[in-house]
Amino acid sequence: MILLNLYLSFAKVGLFTFGGGYAMLPLIESEIIHGRGWLTVREFTDIVAIAEVTPGPIAVNSATFVGYRLAGVLGGIVATLGVVTPSVVIVLALAMLAKRFENSAGLARVKSGMRPAVVGLIAAAALTVARVALVDLKSMMMAAAAALLVFKVKLDPIVVLAISGLLGAIIFS
Amino acid sequence: MDSRFAADSEPCEGHGPKTGVPPEASIAALFWTFFRIGAFTIGGGYVMVPLIQRDIVERRGWIDKDSFVDVLAIAQTAPGPLAVNTAVYVGYTLRGIWGAMASVAGCILPSIIIILVVAALFDQISSSNYVQAAFAGIRPAVVVLIVSAAIKIGRPVVRSRVELSLAAAAMVLVAFVRVSPALVVTAAAAYGLLARSTADNGGKDA
Repeated sequence: MILLNLYLSFAKVGLFTFGGGYAMLPLIESEIIHGRGWLTVREFTDIVAIAEVTPGPIAVNSATFVGYRLAGVLGGIVATLGVVTPSVVIVLALAMLAKRFENSAGLARVKSGMRPAVVGLIAAAALTVARVALVDLKSMMMAAAAALLVFKVKLDPIVVLAISGLLGAIIFS
Repeated sequence: MDSRFAADSEPCEGHGPKTGVPPEASIAALFWTFFRIGAFTIGGGYVMVPLIQRDIVERRGWIDKDSFVDVLAIAQTAPGPLAVNTAVYVGYTLRGIWGAMASVAGCILPSIIIILVVAALFDQISSSNYVQAAFAGIRPAVVVLIVSAAIKIGRPVVRSRVELSLAAAAMVLVAFVRVSPALVVTAAAAYGLLARSTADNGGKDA
């Protein structure tokens, strides 16, 4: 019944993760390491490092990795489905509600408060990433180069990420 | 919400958001758009914001700028990964339940494939200098991309002093005080509901 337990454990992690992937890490720690004893702290640290540097949401990456370690490819898939199930259900419910009250004055007022806050949250995310990303002169020059590509050349974000990765492999290795 | 801010949008390949009528989004198009986004979201959900904005708001014109902010608000208030929440909401809005399922599948499939490969080759990959160096190069670019998203998203939304104060307060609370984003969005929603009209008074009670 490892698959069922994986699914349930990660559904719990998904349900209580608010505000992005990093918020989920302590939950995984308490649920998977201390609760279930499925991983050691050292394995968990490796997983976090991998999840950070591979594409995809950190919650999804961690779930796939832990599931694979415990029960192979099927385990990876089951754990991932578990972690996204609460999101899918809750966001669908919210989307349906928003559609129903689309034209209500109350919802318009709610939005008028929420929208500026969301802009603030995105700015906060930039600050958080900047703290670990802009650590020396080289990385700041990389940021300046990226700013040139984004604001002046107006390149697609995906192209900017690809170029930066390539430049990084040359400059930092 | 009537204005489309057409002046500063750049319609691409003839189906930009200029008409105001969202072009039809097929299930396959939703899947591939989110697959692309999932494949390039490195280091957490916020990297996805500029990518998704470029693809869904600017390129496809599926969702207008104002609604995109609402999508982000809901994605940040609900539990779960930001990228997955956004995929569910955008997919549902455009094509109902199946649209939501296709978008989520597209969004998480690249992670699943990549992580399964990485898990199998774990030791070789994590010790590669080139891989580490590439990510050291990507991280500064991520900062720039998120800043550019904040500017683009903020321009139509933050127009008065009240709105600027709200945005600044949200940023400080989340970045420095470490308040949960869900709490901040909920509090801002309550403020909007209770304040008479933040849109009209143009900063009177800032």
